[in-house]
Amino acid sequence: MKKTGGRIYTFLVFLFLYAPILVLIVFSFNDTETASRTVWSGFSLKWYEKLFEDRLILEALRNTLLIAVIAAAASTVLGTVAAIGINSMKRLPQRIMMNITNFPMVNPEIVTGVSLMLLFVFAVGLFGGRSLGMGSLITAHITFCLPYVILSVLPKLRQMDPNLYEAAQDLGCPPVQAFFKVVLPEILPGVVTGMIMAFTLSIDDFVISYFTSGTTQTLPIYIYSMTRKRVSPEINALSTVLFAVVMALLIVINVRQSRAQKAAKEDA
Amino acid sequence: MKRILAFLLCVCALWGLGVTASAEEGVTINVYNWGEYIANGTDDSMDVNAEFTRRTGIGVNYTTFDSNESLYSKLAGGGADYDIIIPSDYMVSKLINEGRLAPLNFDNIPNYEYIDEQFRDPNYDPGSVYSVPYTWGVVGMFYNKQYVEEPDSWEALWDDEYAGKILMFDNPRDAFAIALFRLGMDVNTTNPDDWDEAAQLLKGQKPLVQAYVMDQIFDKMESGEAWLAPYYAGDAAILVENSDDIGFVVPKEGTNFFVDAMCIPATSQHKAEAEAYINFLCDPEVAGANMDYVGYSTPETAAREYLSPEVAESPIFYPDEETLRNTQIFVNLPQEVSSLVDKLWAEVKMGGPGESAVLVAIILGFLAVYVAIIVYKRRKRKKEME
Repeated sequence: MKKTGGRIYTFLVFLFLYAPILVLIVFSFNDTETASRTVWSGFSLKWYEKLFEDRLILEALRNTLLIAVIAAAASTVLGTVAAIGINSMKRLPQRIMMNITNFPMVNPEIVTGVSLMLLFVFAVGLFGGRSLGMGSLITAHITFCLPYVILSVLPKLRQMDPNLYEAAQDLGCPPVQAFFKVVLPEILPGVVTGMIMAFTLSIDDFVISYFTSGTTQTLPIYIYSMTRKRVSPEINALSTVLFAVVMALLIVINVRQSRAQKAAKEDA
Repeated sequence: MKRILAFLLCVCALWGLGVTASAEEGVTINVYNWGEYIANGTDDSMDVNAEFTRRTGIGVNYTTFDSNESLYSKLAGGGADYDIIIPSDYMVSKLINEGRLAPLNFDNIPNYEYIDEQFRDPNYDPGSVYSVPYTWGVVGMFYNKQYVEEPDSWEALWDDEYAGKILMFDNPRDAFAIALFRLGMDVNTTNPDDWDEAAQLLKGQKPLVQAYVMDQIFDKMESGEAWLAPYYAGDAAILVENSDDIGFVVPKEGTNFFVDAMCIPATSQHKAEAEAYINFLCDPEVAGANMDYVGYSTPETAAREYLSPEVAESPIFYPDEETLRNTQIFVNLPQEVSSLVDKLWAEVKMGGPGESAVLVAIILGFLAVYVAIIVYKRRKRKKEME
């Protein structure tokens, strides 16, 4: 009895979480003249066709992906380096650093967005630039992705035997080589998780991008600007594609993690 | 180490690419327009921006906004360098008052001659110095013929019979305008009493209103979930086209007549190119093709020839002169009036101070329950310890 109750509860929670996405996906295949989002009138792929003809959406998508890739890569490198530094600190500075790191995560996004915009406008003015754009967007995205990377790399560093690195050096490894040959493989799962998290966060972001975008347009901003008229089902089609991509990414992370755990068990 | 260096180099190169690519192509103008407000090449329409680049060699970086207010915040916040913006009437007058627009050089816009006489010298831009109209339209009432008899007055939105089936605008200016029209007042009134009276009317209407919405009216009207809704004619005309049950009227008390106009911000560095863009959009053939896709009305009679006859003669898009004479156009309100309107609007939507007391009570109630649970748990634990 208890078990069925629990199952029903779980089912309801998942229904609540996924029903909107399901509706969105179903209506991306809706064959309607009026771009209706509530009345079903047959199956068609026409919104997908339109989507790939629409230059503005594709350009926004290209910007979004470019920013996400660069921001994820850069914040992963910076975050990993920072995590190693924080890990080797003494207790008090470590706690201070962690608080500083966590602060942007609990800070409301809109505050981060506005303050970054003010900073960028000031900086751009200082260097004689005219407009915010790709550069400021990427910098902003690196900023808010960084804490997540640090947080996913740190636990892996703590798990690692600190003597390993010294042992490698004892055996004649120069420090840099010791990092790449010994430390990096140990913490790689954390690094990869952090990178994927940074990537998805960057793709999603609306608030911070909105303030720091200048004359560049990302996908979330483009979608939001459709709301005076109606959000076209092309967006359903695009969201379906993106959902599939993010889903695939998450599955990859999970499979990796469970494999790593299995391997760890076998080693032990 | 080498790998990191290589990687960093890659990042820098990519970054640089983004910057230099746009610089090498010659002049690119930044255009900031409403979302879904230009023909983009889908559905066999004309790809207006691509066509402009093909004819003139000037690149177009096209971006979109969702409301006049977000356009304003982008412009006022700095950090964005636009060459063309397309705000609505009252925002044009606000931007002119603040000196944020550059006067246009009409020698570069010969196609201005096609703009109809009635759109020249509008009250939001006296003398047509800073703006060229892009589209226009009126606000009207959509109704479901199955349940609602053809209304001729805004009073229908206050009719008990349709309680729970009425939609209202979710922005202060448009919502208040309806109340002001019902009261027979000027929509640009600066008398606080007039606004108070309108707010009373809107508060009285609130129990009948199903929802305050913008673009959701399409879905709600189409599915029959709502029966009556005021909206911009151009946006919602598609509803009438596709459903025999839905009708459109312009109420007898008059309505809001709005214009979205092309302007050049004072900060623009490519003013001549921007004027070429305005000129291009005023070309009757381009304007016709563009409006055919956008679904709004064009201020050029010459462009109407390029539209399908159903659209060009539709009373939704092109109401007769008698209706138009009975319309008012928004101009910017003085600061103290517009903050009064914002305050009144918040009261209409959230209820007066009385309702916030209820809210506080609810929150306190939750807190009390929370504290009770904690106390209960502690006691239980103590008992278990004993």
